[in-house]
Amino acid sequence: MPSSSKSEWLQGPYKKALERAPERKKVFETTGQHALDPVYTSDDFAPGEIEAGLGFPAEFPFTRGIQPTMYRGRLWTMRQYAGFGTAEESNRRYRYLLDQGQTGLSVAFDLPTQIGYDSDDPMAAGEVGKVGVAIDSIDDMLTLLDSIPLEKVTTSMTINSTAAILLSLYIAVGRKQGVEPAKLGGTIQNDILKEYITRGTYIFPPKPSMRLITDVFRYCADEVPQWNTISISGYHIREAGSTAAQEIGFTLANGIAYVQAAIDAGLDVDNFAGRLSFFFACHNNFPEEIAKFRAARRLWAKIMKERFNATNPRSQMLRFHTQTGGATLTAQQPEVNIVRTTVQALAAVLGGTQSLHTNSMDEALGLPTEKAVQIALRTQQVLGYESGVSEVIDPMGGAYYIEHLTNHLEAEATEYIETIDKLGGAMDGIEQGFQQREIQEAAYRFQREIEDNDRLIVGVNEFRTDDELPPEVMRVDPELGRSQAAKLQHLRENRDTETVNNLLAKLEGAAAGTDNLLPIILECVENRATLGEVSHALRRVWGEHKETVVV
Amino acid sequence: MTAPARTKIRVLIAKPGLDGHDRGAKVVARALRDAGCEVIYTGIRQTPEMIAEAALQEDVDVVGLSILSGAHLELFPRVVEELKKRDVDDVLLFCGGIIPDDDTKQLEDLGFQAVFRPGTDTREIVQFVYDNARVS
Repeated sequence: MPSSSKSEWLQGPYKKALERAPERKKVFETTGQHALDPVYTSDDFAPGEIEAGLGFPAEFPFTRGIQPTMYRGRLWTMRQYAGFGTAEESNRRYRYLLDQGQTGLSVAFDLPTQIGYDSDDPMAAGEVGKVGVAIDSIDDMLTLLDSIPLEKVTTSMTINSTAAILLSLYIAVGRKQGVEPAKLGGTIQNDILKEYITRGTYIFPPKPSMRLITDVFRYCADEVPQWNTISISGYHIREAGSTAAQEIGFTLANGIAYVQAAIDAGLDVDNFAGRLSFFFACHNNFPEEIAKFRAARRLWAKIMKERFNATNPRSQMLRFHTQTGGATLTAQQPEVNIVRTTVQALAAVLGGTQSLHTNSMDEALGLPTEKAVQIALRTQQVLGYESGVSEVIDPMGGAYYIEHLTNHLEAEATEYIETIDKLGGAMDGIEQGFQQREIQEAAYRFQREIEDNDRLIVGVNEFRTDDELPPEVMRVDPELGRSQAAKLQHLRENRDTETVNNLLAKLEGAAAGTDNLLPIILECVENRATLGEVSHALRRVWGEHKETVVV
Repeated sequence: MTAPARTKIRVLIAKPGLDGHDRGAKVVARALRDAGCEVIYTGIRQTPEMIAEAALQEDVDVVGLSILSGAHLELFPRVVEELKKRDVDDVLLFCGGIIPDDDTKQLEDLGFQAVFRPGTDTREIVQFVYDNARVS
């Protein structure tokens, strides 16, 4: 007689099997230690519960995706994050990627650019051009975007505390190319809260940082309406070691803080919320990651509708970029990373991502080589054009396990948001070290699991090979700092110094007041003020953030 | 594992340069603390001067540097130089992060006794510290 319910099956055939032979592990669980049943069935749901949580594509609560045709209309944007060395070198890599069929740009800036130091600043020593391209002024930005038609290509820029400056530089280059700001499309990360939690490229204290962000929201709503003004990022939270549920919970809590800040600054929610975008990681647990994206989408829709009374469906839609998990890559047997990246990219696609970066196999060793980048892009192309997963919307929808995980992750993330609300919101939580501590606990637990062999990483604590050849590594020219410094000297000698100084003084005045800073920053960079000079002007008024060190 | 000598080994874990990736530094700090060391973690974005000064003030036996931006060949020599300036010459030095194999020799010549790369078991680092650190 076949079992007629899940409990009958668990008590019957399943129990008998366990008595004969134990399972591989005592408990199977999610990254957040939620214990999993051996199987999920309709018995795990109330009648109609699955359908109520799903809805239809492009309809509230958007669990199934945000577009009515999804990848049948257009595949996700294949957007490889790239940038290193000089603007010339990076420009060459962008044009190569566009020639290879990439459909959008994603600019990696070096750390001095991200933290508001010119290349010749003593604080920039050793870091110029290392993890991204060095941009000091409009001269570099013109070179970076040379021969790239800004009215056709959308550009994502991973830039946070200096986002307003880089956006201004982009607008300035657009103008020089004859492209109106209203025709520019792209994204700035502009997400300072996660910088305080984990990524670390903050400059200013929280209050002025939030003001700069809302200034961008307001300016873009009027002048650059197709620009995504923020990319609220769970990626770095996850890479720092969080669980999947923490990734959603902490990211959406940050999102709530931005929406609240903009509303408090007098903006109408439906006027800016449609330009908010998100950025998540995708790690190795395939079902959990698929569910994570679906849970995040549903939870954000509810937050926007119920908490902020957003009525425009666009304001309720969580649009997101995904990058496969850098921290999941191994330095050992690096070719195996191609497989990890494929699994992760597939989960992101099944989760309904709007754009995707696939990591290169050699990124645990250094900057990716051109060959490795090409394989990473080809991985996306195989998924998009050969695998069949792009032909039907939300192919995993309705699968009992996926729906169970989606519900569970939504509930767990909601608990984190409630805890953060009780602490006074995302910023208060950060100042008390709450999010940092939670992430570190999870990261340490993960490491312990590997070292206790409770978690196997192929090539690291199991299936090792001894005779690995050192791989080819890409290096950035160490002389780069000097050549950038020479360019800066030339710039400073060949500009109208008085105008620059007056504009910087005007910027300081505005920073102390309440005027929108974007028009002034734009004027500064168009007159060849450097990124470092603009940042220092703001530092003089606002001071610098001090980290709460939590170990 | 060798038992600690009369007093606990004092370790400074530091992040020179501008990169904010300190998951590894924090995991290592925690593992060393759990293994009985006294660990001071500097936080991110430390200049070579700040690190050397912390090593001096905290009177540490071990300094571990973590970097993932690729700036190690520029920044590590400056940390060593700043330590020397302060006569901190008896500490055990090690480092970790995304550091190409080819750079190991150069770092050893600078005085780093170990370079730990992604995938390292923290027990290996703990063992290294207990085997090589001298409690001053």
